[in-house]
Amino acid sequence: MFNKSLILGGLAVFVLLVTTPFWYGLLKAGPPPTPEPPPNGASVCVAPVEYMRSSHMKLLDVWRDEVIREAKRETIVVNDPKLGTLEFGKGLQLACMDCHSNKEQFCDSCHEYVSARPDCWTCHMTPAEIASKEAL
Amino acid sequence: MKYVYSLGAVIALMLIAWFGSLIPGMQYFFGVAVPYLAIVIFLGGFAWKIWDWAKSPVPFSIQTTCGQAKSLDFIPHNRLEAPNTNTEVIARMALEILTFRSLFRHTKADVYAGPKLTYESAKWLWLFALIFHYSFLVIVIRHLRLFLEPVPAPIVWLDWADSLFEMGLPTLYLTDAGLLIGLLFLFARRLFTRPVRYMSLFNDYFPLFLLLAIGITGVLMRMVFRGGIDIAAIKAMGVGLVTFSPVVSPDISAIFYVHLFLVCALLIYFPFSKLMHLGGVFLSPTRNMRNNTREVRHVNPWNPDIKPHSYAAYEDEFREYMVEAGIPVEKELEPQKEAAEPA
Ligand code: HEC
Ligand code: HEC
Ligand code: HEC
Ligand code: HEM
Repeated sequence: MFNKSLILGGLAVFVLLVTTPFWYGLLKAGPPPTPEPPPNGASVCVAPVEYMRSSHMKLLDVWRDEVIREAKRETIVVNDPKLGTLEFGKGLQLACMDCHSNKEQFCDSCHEYVSARPDCWTCHMTPAEIASKEAL
Repeated sequence: MKYVYSLGAVIALMLIAWFGSLIPGMQYFFGVAVPYLAIVIFLGGFAWKIWDWAKSPVPFSIQTTCGQAKSLDFIPHNRLEAPNTNTEVIARMALEILTFRSLFRHTKADVYAGPKLTYESAKWLWLFALIFHYSFLVIVIRHLRLFLEPVPAPIVWLDWADSLFEMGLPTLYLTDAGLLIGLLFLFARRLFTRPVRYMSLFNDYFPLFLLLAIGITGVLMRMVFRGGIDIAAIKAMGVGLVTFSPVVSPDISAIFYVHLFLVCALLIYFPFSKLMHLGGVFLSPTRNMRNNTREVRHVNPWNPDIKPHSYAAYEDEFREYMVEAGIPVEKELEPQKEAAEPA
């Protein structure tokens, strides 16, 4: 065996690097997110919840293109068993944020967990921002 | 034809994971058992291979040089091409590993009528190899977000930089394009350059197809088949794996298991294949030795300790037998010994 210390040192560094995820949190990790249910008491989303969980960004993309490029501003109808028939304008602020009015407790709780940082809020306003503007 | 077998092998792996993960209960096998097995084989195999290489003798100082070695003071020394000190070796190795410097010298050979052999500069291989390797590295680092909670800031920055152009939703990562373009080039090179095609084997095509399939399933599940790809649930699974408290979510769609199974296949295949150049590049004696053979004699560290044995000593040892066999000797046997012998 030649250069034993270099070889063993290099191997140790490699193994440590590859196993980073194992010792990173010392076998502890933060809990998975629990998005807040809509404060307005709604119990169904605009689409089945499994679809929303995995594909809400696709839906938003489709809506955005339809509204802005094709001017399809139809209303979105949600039949909620408790609140009855709800109607929303098609859009991020108009629909989603009407029910999920607490972006920080809802959208961000998941997004921080999976490290997604949609840039939407550089232009669109969150309900909290709108409220603070209106208070002025 | 050889690429057909490689392609077939990758497709077989994909089908195994696809249909296997649809069997109830098998998610645990594909999502927990196989990944653990793969990481153990990867690390164990990697260490074993390095150990094996480190054990092989290096009898000569065999660095390759293409520059002036250190000599008299008035002769300019090429410090990178003929490194004389450890620092210079490290600089040379770093450039080799980080920028693929020797690949940059890759040339294309052509034979013209005559026959005349010509070489011309061909930087394509270097360029696409670089694009592919760096994209791969960035993707692997970015994937750590699926295993680490909280996500460390550098990974967040990397993610941000990689999706800088904010194309599409979910945003397109630049490295996804880089990975696929790089791999397609490396494949096309094997397919369309005749000499390279001639010497390409199953083991050259297989890793290319495996990586292509991993990249394509990854991009597809991000951009196209989003249904059943709940990243929060997948991350809960990833975090469960690294904290040794595995959980599986029943709702994750089959394409995720295909992706994961191919990655596991890659990890298992890695230590026993040419992909070991990841470790091998550090151990290549043509790069990591000093070009100081004019100053220092390289002695193979494995040389057995052989004492010098002169002819005179040899004859002393065997004189009796030599005389007996009639072989001429330089110094005759001592007379009294000879007289004593017949008695
Ligand atoms: C009518 C009110 C309402 C509107 C409008 C609405 N949602 Fe929902 N959303 C809900 C409810 C209620 C749930 C929880 C459903 C459940 O748990 O079964 C939900 C669930 C979700 C989930 C899954 C959360 C989880 O617990 O995993 C996501 C993601 C989501 N909504 C995103 C959106 C987006 C994006 C929009 C705009 C396109 C939107 N929602 C519009 C009421 C609404
Ligand atoms: C550069 C600023 C900007 C950014 C960033 C941006 N938007 Fe918009 N968005 C707009 C504007 C302007 C409209 C047009 C509003 C209108 O005509 O009603 C719009 C409209 C929309 C609409 C349809 C109508 C509405 O009022 O909601 C959707 C859906 C939408 N954006 C989603 C998104 C999503 C999702 C993101 C993040 C990925 C995003 N936007 C990022 C500026 C932006
Ligand atoms: C159930 C958890 C969850 C909730 C709640 C949630 N998201 Fe997401 N969101 C995700 C996941 C997971 C991704 C995908 C991350 C990935 O693929 O890298 C994502 C991605 C996105 C993207 C695309 C980001 C990108 O750059 O690709 C947008 C836009 C988005 N979400 C908007 C919203 C909005 C608006 C809300 C609140 C109304 C919301 N999300 C609530 C989990 C959630
Ligand atoms: C060799 C290692 C791997 C490579 C080269 C690879 C490649 C890719 C690529 C190119 C993508 C497209 C999106 C992106 O770049 O983030 C992707 C997505 C994905 N990969 Fe991998 N992957 C690897 C390992 C893994 C592992 C071990 C997992 C297990 C958790 C995994 C799970 C995922 C998931 C869930 C997505 C979808 C991400 C999203 O939608 O944002 N990958 N992969």
